[in-house]
Amino acid sequence: MLGYIFKRIFMTIPVMVVVALFVFLLLRLSPGDPAAVIAGDYATAEDVQKIREKLGLSEPIVVQFVTWLGSLIQGDLGTSIFSNKPVTELIAQRLEPTLMLALTTIIFSILVAVPLGTIAAFRAGSWIDRLVMLFSVGGFSIPVFVLGYILIYYFSITWRILPVQGYRSPFEDGMLPFIQHIILPTLTLSVIYIALLARMTRASVMEVLEEDYIRTARAKGLSEVKILMRHALGNAAVPIVTVIGIGIALLIGGVVVTESVYNIPGLGRLVLDAVLARDYPIIQGLILFFSLIYVLLNLIIDLTYTLFDPRIKY
Amino acid sequence: MKTKLKNYFLSAIFSIPLAFGFMVQGAVAEKVMRVIPHADLKNLDPIWTTAYISRNHGYMVYDTLFAMDEDFKPQPQMVESWNTSSDGKTWTFVLRDGLKFHDGNPVTGDDVVASLERWGKRDGMGQQLFNVITKLEATDSKTVVMELSEAYGLVLESIGKISSNVPFIMPKRVAETDPFEQITDYTGSGPFKFEADQWVPGSKVVYTKFKDYVPRSEPVSAAAGGKRALVDKVIWQYFPDNTTAMNALIAGEIDFFEQPAPDLAPLMAKDPNITVEVNDPLGNIGFARFNHLLPPFDDVEVRRAAMMAMKQEDYLASAIGDPQFWKTCYSVFPCGTPLANDVGSDIMATGDINAAKAALAKTGYDGTEVLIMQPTDIPVLSAFSLVTAEKLRKAGFKVNVEAMDWSTLTSRRALRDPVGKGGWNMFHTWWIGADVIDPMAIAFSGDPAAGWFGWPEDAELEKARSAFPKATTLAEKQEIAKRVQERLWAIGASGELGQFFTPVAYRNNVKGLIKSPVQFFWNMSVE
Repeated sequence: MLGYIFKRIFMTIPVMVVVALFVFLLLRLSPGDPAAVIAGDYATAEDVQKIREKLGLSEPIVVQFVTWLGSLIQGDLGTSIFSNKPVTELIAQRLEPTLMLALTTIIFSILVAVPLGTIAAFRAGSWIDRLVMLFSVGGFSIPVFVLGYILIYYFSITWRILPVQGYRSPFEDGMLPFIQHIILPTLTLSVIYIALLARMTRASVMEVLEEDYIRTARAKGLSEVKILMRHALGNAAVPIVTVIGIGIALLIGGVVVTESVYNIPGLGRLVLDAVLARDYPIIQGLILFFSLIYVLLNLIIDLTYTLFDPRIKY
Repeated sequence: MKTKLKNYFLSAIFSIPLAFGFMVQGAVAEKVMRVIPHADLKNLDPIWTTAYISRNHGYMVYDTLFAMDEDFKPQPQMVESWNTSSDGKTWTFVLRDGLKFHDGNPVTGDDVVASLERWGKRDGMGQQLFNVITKLEATDSKTVVMELSEAYGLVLESIGKISSNVPFIMPKRVAETDPFEQITDYTGSGPFKFEADQWVPGSKVVYTKFKDYVPRSEPVSAAAGGKRALVDKVIWQYFPDNTTAMNALIAGEIDFFEQPAPDLAPLMAKDPNITVEVNDPLGNIGFARFNHLLPPFDDVEVRRAAMMAMKQEDYLASAIGDPQFWKTCYSVFPCGTPLANDVGSDIMATGDINAAKAALAKTGYDGTEVLIMQPTDIPVLSAFSLVTAEKLRKAGFKVNVEAMDWSTLTSRRALRDPVGKGGWNMFHTWWIGADVIDPMAIAFSGDPAAGWFGWPEDAELEKARSAFPKATTLAEKQEIAKRVQERLWAIGASGELGQFFTPVAYRNNVKGLIKSPVQFFWNMSVE
């Protein structure tokens, strides 16, 4: 097992190098010039060129790439062209809100979706099943920003019981402000994941319920709850865990809209702002960071399979 | 009844944590003004960049020698007294008593000299001033002497300019930074201190009151007069989403919203606790820029034919909407300012498509496609681009609109290459009124080597512009402004798309708003 983990971690190195090269080239070959943005409307071409030189952007692409890679190996993701702050510091500043939002969303989604999907499977064809499926279709269909604005309208503007926007850290500002500020974004972002997970859980559990060993369990006289909890759900877990894993990966990239609607200073917004301003070091650093998270998440998901299916061994 | 009970129940449940929150907040008795600025403060050096948000940051943290009042006249700010020699070639400035930087050190003449020199290497107006400066030195800790090679009529207008780049005074050690590199020390002497450790780019900027700031005794007037910090803290909280920003203002989480989208104004105005008003007397001037180097707009008559098709009302109605936030203006200088005039403006005053079509037919236009760059991430400019495309098509032009983001546009507009190699024919922008208030604005340049993107060339225009700094009376300046405007229309430099105003919105507990083209936060309080 340990050998497998080390092998997988070792395998991330070439993946990261390819990602780094791809991102670097893509950014340098795409239109847009941060020096022109900085120089503004009044600058002469000479001024823009001077800024480009100071930023190291007039060097050949190969030289720029090697310089960046050299810093990267030393753990330095570079410095933001605009704010002059280290990219690692900017990521660190923004990491907590995004992680907390992702975490609360995933926990809430699992807590709601897995029981819903299981009940729907168990009572397939009943009104509960139809209701769950209706919710699933609705969850997939409603855009995140529309739901966000609706929730804000009722909870923050009409009833005035929750704040419109912002993020409060549970570590610095306390648990209560954190909960107040995270409820609406979590609800907003969860809907699509609840829909996805509930459908997947329903399908997976329904499939297992058709298996011979379930019939045997029933024949032995086991209660339906025991059959469902002990035999059905456990055996249906692998595809559900896979979807949860994919969901987390998608979620990290998908928080951009939620962070914008609720004005949460997270990584999603940092990416968007950096792309619009062509702040190359931030974009490069963040994409590398996200890639690393995806690779590690996949590893964790693969390892989790062993908990649910003893036949899987590494 | 049921709904009411449900609301009460929900309110009670959720109010418990909120009540705790308010109790904690109530224990801190500092006055805080929460502001949504017009943009994210990405960098902190108002000399290194011309970004307006960095300029506004500069006004919080730094002070200036002179500052423009609401009549657009420079008034002394850090300067106590000044005099000019009889030949107008020697200027002596004496600083006020009690001026201190945020680190406690006094502001000296050496700081002033170093700051002006750095500014003079980046700012257009500064570069022109330094072209005639032969010597700039501090003769003692409070006195600065400026010697010129010839009398120059814009000394005070230059060092008292209100918009980017503003000649902010920094400590000498900071001002000695290469002007093409960012400063890393943010010590100023303005009414607020920048709290570097609380800055979260893309989200939050915190300023605290500088208790040792000595304001002038005169009443505040735009950037001039006594700057009094009436709150302990000003927090700029950037909102990328206008609707959320509006909701936060309505919910009372924010006190002041600097630049809401005009289409949200009616929604906010419905709330009796919110005031929506235009605070900038000059507004912004819409601008359709031709590339004078490439066909078809290398022909003056083709440019003028295109201008004839541009009807300001159509642009402003589609891009801005509510007529209370725009007005037509057929002067290249903002209407309502001393140099505004209507010389030569007939060409744009009608927006007659038929006249444009007839004029184009006479030019021998060969059907060359006009490439318009459309910045889709800036709604006003995106709308301007589409209106122009429609009007030019109706006038007989072949048009291609290429969508891109503003960042791509800013780099592409610098290219002088043919369209097939990345060049362009037209783009749209706006200037804030304060930036095009006189003929020295780079927007009005007729020198393709040193001028602005689009690169018009007209020797007569340049001759008129170069006379402006030597003019000493308003009448002389107005006469030159008319000559400049006449040439700009004659050569079809750019289409002028009218004047529009972005309102501010604030809760009624905010008092002391200053009428100005730049948003200032001194003299403002929250009750």
